[in-house]
Amino acid sequence: MISDLFSVTVLIGILASGIRLATPYLYAAIGETFSQKSGVLNLGVEGQMLLGAFAAFYVSLNTGSLWLGLLTAMLVGALMGLAMAYVTVNLQAQQGISGIGFYLFGLGMSDLLFQRLMGTVETVRGFPKIYIPFLSDIPGIGEIFFSQNILVYGAYLLVPLAWFVLNKTTLGLKIRAVGENPDAADSLGVNVGRIRYFTIILGGTLSGIAGASLSIALLNVFQQNMTSGQGFIAVALVYFGAWRPAGVLGGALLFSMVNSLQLWMQVKSVPIPSDIAVMLPYVLTILVLVATVSKVRAPSALTKPFEREN
Amino acid sequence: MKKSLWFISVLALLSLVLSACGTQAEKPAAPEKFRVAVVMPSAINDLAFSQSMYDALVRIQTEMGGPEKFEFVYSDGMFVVDDAAAAIRDYATQGYNLVIAHGSQYGSSLQEIAPDFPNTSFAWGTTVDTFGQPNIFAYEAASHEGGYVNGVLAATLTKSKVIGVVGPIETGDAKLYVDGFKAGVMATDPTVQVNVNYIGSFSDVALASEAATTHIAAGADAMTGTAQMVVGAIGKAKEANVLWFGTQSNQSSLAPNIVVASQVYHWEVVLREMISLIQNGTLGGKSFTANLANGGEVIEFNPDYPLDANAKALAEKTIQGIVDGSIKISLP
Repeated sequence: MISDLFSVTVLIGILASGIRLATPYLYAAIGETFSQKSGVLNLGVEGQMLLGAFAAFYVSLNTGSLWLGLLTAMLVGALMGLAMAYVTVNLQAQQGISGIGFYLFGLGMSDLLFQRLMGTVETVRGFPKIYIPFLSDIPGIGEIFFSQNILVYGAYLLVPLAWFVLNKTTLGLKIRAVGENPDAADSLGVNVGRIRYFTIILGGTLSGIAGASLSIALLNVFQQNMTSGQGFIAVALVYFGAWRPAGVLGGALLFSMVNSLQLWMQVKSVPIPSDIAVMLPYVLTILVLVATVSKVRAPSALTKPFEREN
Repeated sequence: MKKSLWFISVLALLSLVLSACGTQAEKPAAPEKFRVAVVMPSAINDLAFSQSMYDALVRIQTEMGGPEKFEFVYSDGMFVVDDAAAAIRDYATQGYNLVIAHGSQYGSSLQEIAPDFPNTSFAWGTTVDTFGQPNIFAYEAASHEGGYVNGVLAATLTKSKVIGVVGPIETGDAKLYVDGFKAGVMATDPTVQVNVNYIGSFSDVALASEAATTHIAAGADAMTGTAQMVVGAIGKAKEANVLWFGTQSNQSSLAPNIVVASQVYHWEVVLREMISLIQNGTLGGKSFTANLANGGEVIEFNPDYPLDANAKALAEKTIQGIVDGSIKISLP
């Protein structure tokens, strides 16, 4: 019943699950924000996440070290980013198409490795919950915000960090300049290609962590195609968040909170069909997007390859 | 620019090849060899729907005398229906005796393809619809039967009197299983509360996992679920030490301490009949049901879980009752 939804247990449950569900989106979408800010649309996020998820899982399972697993996921993500950077910067490929290519590569490759190296679905003991001293004892708040695993904390710390780097550092200024007007940036001595290499590799690394956050922190299993479109939602969140880390955070939280709300609605037998319930996160996100159309426009050079004029 | 396009095409091709790597190509067969091809939506090791078919084919192969007598090939991970349709047509062209479209989503593709290959037999599951085609067999599982048995067991073992169910989409095999499970719980202990959650996806492991966490927070101490994304839910059940009841494939290996029993589909019961019909010249037009009575569904208890003898006896009595018809499962 609807009235059952308004209890403390349910409220805490919704918020705590929303915080968890948003974690992979945050890593992937913040990474994507960096590459889009520099003018590169990376549609391969989903593939990078899948390979990251597999790498983290496989290495953790076989070495027993979650940190080594995480590191491998970052490395694999970075390598995918490096390849993407070569294709977009050096070969100046059409970004939408090459991104899809990288997605398919990640999807196929992670599945192939899973079939050949593991053979069956297994579980690992993932990153444990870390109870922040004192804060985790606060009723309600403690359970929601301060009783999560390390990768969840990391995702939320990444948001202000990303904001700082993008807006308060020279590097951030260069990234934005390259994304807005690469010709002008180039004439002022900014190496456009190098900046884009950096942002795409950073994006890949963060997507790798996003995958790892699923396979060795939140779910602790690996299955074929387990990201199930989350990488594409992350790309959409960058647009939703108008290329601002705080906006991305808002979008990720809105989507995830409504998703956990609908899970609870079904559990509490709120009389609406499940098909409608599962649509809610998508419908609400679209409604909010429509209602708050911002004047912020995309980086001018987004998807445009840079060719130096002689 | 040309160079980059070339590079991308190679990349795209490479990824296609890689994603199709589950397909094993073998040499053309001698005529007496029975050749089967199967297209499945998820991985052959998904511990659920696709694995149930793969395992059945392996058992049939052993029965019929190995790869010399019975050859099978598969394309797994075909969650994109268009790709699956291409694979089905491709296998039909290659002259396989039986091409199995293992997924209700492949129906309309099969309806289009089958008339073009009148000498090839097709099978489609899970459904009862052969589209009135003389070369399409239909097969399904009476998943509510095992669901009912699981429900009886869960209602007996729950202490908190709250049970959680994680389903994919409220339709077909999944809905049938969940409804059967609920009926089993209600018949055993009507005071038990069954919370059902359909997450709207067969592949979203993250949401299935969060749905399980939600059930546990709502007080569930026993859970079940169906389709391949439940591995996420089983993981959470394992962490929280909550009982799990499996279906489709035997899910004990994933969490030996908490899986009580699994309803396992033994499609070989259905496949055997199809193969013998095909060998005698009937290529389709019939539909089959795997159930507890014909051995197409088997309740496999997890030997590592210390199941109370009385509970096990009750489960066995329930199975017997469904088989001999003394237990009628009333579905909504």
